[in-house]
Amino acid sequence: MRNLWIFLNRYNAFFFFIIFFTIGVILTVKNNAYQRSITINSTNEVVGEVYQNLNVLKKYLNLGTVNDSLSVENAKLKTQLLALQNIDSTKAVTVTDTLNNPLYTYLSARVIKNSITLRNNVITINKGKADGIEPDMAVISPGQGVVGFVQDVSEHLATIRSLLHKDAKISVTLKKSNALGILVWGIGNSDFTKAFVKEIPNHFKVSLKDTIVTSGFSRFPAGIPVGTVTNTAVPTGDNFMSVEVKLFNDFSTLQYVYVVKYKYAVEQKELEAKLPNE
Amino acid sequence: MATPFVYIIFLLLIPFGTPNLLLYLIAFATGLTLDAFYDTLGVHTAACVALAFVRILFISVTMNRDGFDEPEPTLGNMGFKWFIIYALLCTLSHHLVLFILETFRLAEFSYTLMRCFFSVGFTLFSVVLIEFIFYNRKAR
Repeated sequence: MRNLWIFLNRYNAFFFFIIFFTIGVILTVKNNAYQRSITINSTNEVVGEVYQNLNVLKKYLNLGTVNDSLSVENAKLKTQLLALQNIDSTKAVTVTDTLNNPLYTYLSARVIKNSITLRNNVITINKGKADGIEPDMAVISPGQGVVGFVQDVSEHLATIRSLLHKDAKISVTLKKSNALGILVWGIGNSDFTKAFVKEIPNHFKVSLKDTIVTSGFSRFPAGIPVGTVTNTAVPTGDNFMSVEVKLFNDFSTLQYVYVVKYKYAVEQKELEAKLPNE
Repeated sequence: MATPFVYIIFLLLIPFGTPNLLLYLIAFATGLTLDAFYDTLGVHTAACVALAFVRILFISVTMNRDGFDEPEPTLGNMGFKWFIIYALLCTLSHHLVLFILETFRLAEFSYTLMRCFFSVGFTLFSVVLIEFIFYNRKAR
């Protein structure tokens, strides 16, 4: 017994290393799992508060760009409104009441923490459960482009798994040909303005500057612009094409985001859960 | 592409006499704090603990165990050559664990390694730079 104790004490550096390193790795694995139970992250009260305070200065410095993007959006909305007002109402048309039954509603939120340099980037926003945000909701940027999915939600804060994350996969289509693909980021690329669309069937013709939009199959509404094709010759090993895409939205200056609430999200999830796992 | 993690200088400069258990606890707490703010639970924690292990090994190999001449492993106390090797080994172990755990898949292994080595260069440069700014050579 005494010898064992001397042995342990002599190489204590190594044994402590094993113990603490194992704890670290277990935490990582737990955090990678879909259901995370430990909340030492930015939805945590203390950390969230710090980020919210830090963000005040940054918010002020970015007022100019935010103003610009808002005025652009205003102009766009006004144009749409004008088009709606000038409908010739003497014609008989069947009116579908879309106002009282919208499929998607947008919740605006402010970004209080963002990163673009890591392999798995997470964004934190200042809205949470109290504002009706739930995990897996889609998040888009106010200008153009997709941002990601809601990951964890606390009472007043939420984290978003940004597109710049290894687990982020968004279903997209080519606007021209409706060919389906999957938008992913970061395979041999850490440039936050570029992403890849994988698994486009080979028989479709893709040309440069084609627009990529969301397909509407994931939680995103259909037709949200994502980016333009910049390279069609990305080598793959299989029967599908991959293309390089320049993203429309700039993750480095992201200040406000819209969280998309899909009316039938719960229903769809329940229905799809009934499918047998293949 | 290359991200410096200069905070490890805090772990590099902990005084020589610190007990191993205390050193590991400090490394663990540092990593956990970093993880909370980076939203990467466990990654920095494991990396910091790996750094503490390499630190203990390196110091036990290069210095005599009883009675340290200097209080802290700084550039001014230990000289350029010793410090650069010490910092390189510690940074390398920390970043290797950090990047591999962060990516957590083998498919991008070579790319991860490349990112890791660039970051090691960047961090090392920053650490040495900071050490030169607070350089005070002890009169012997």
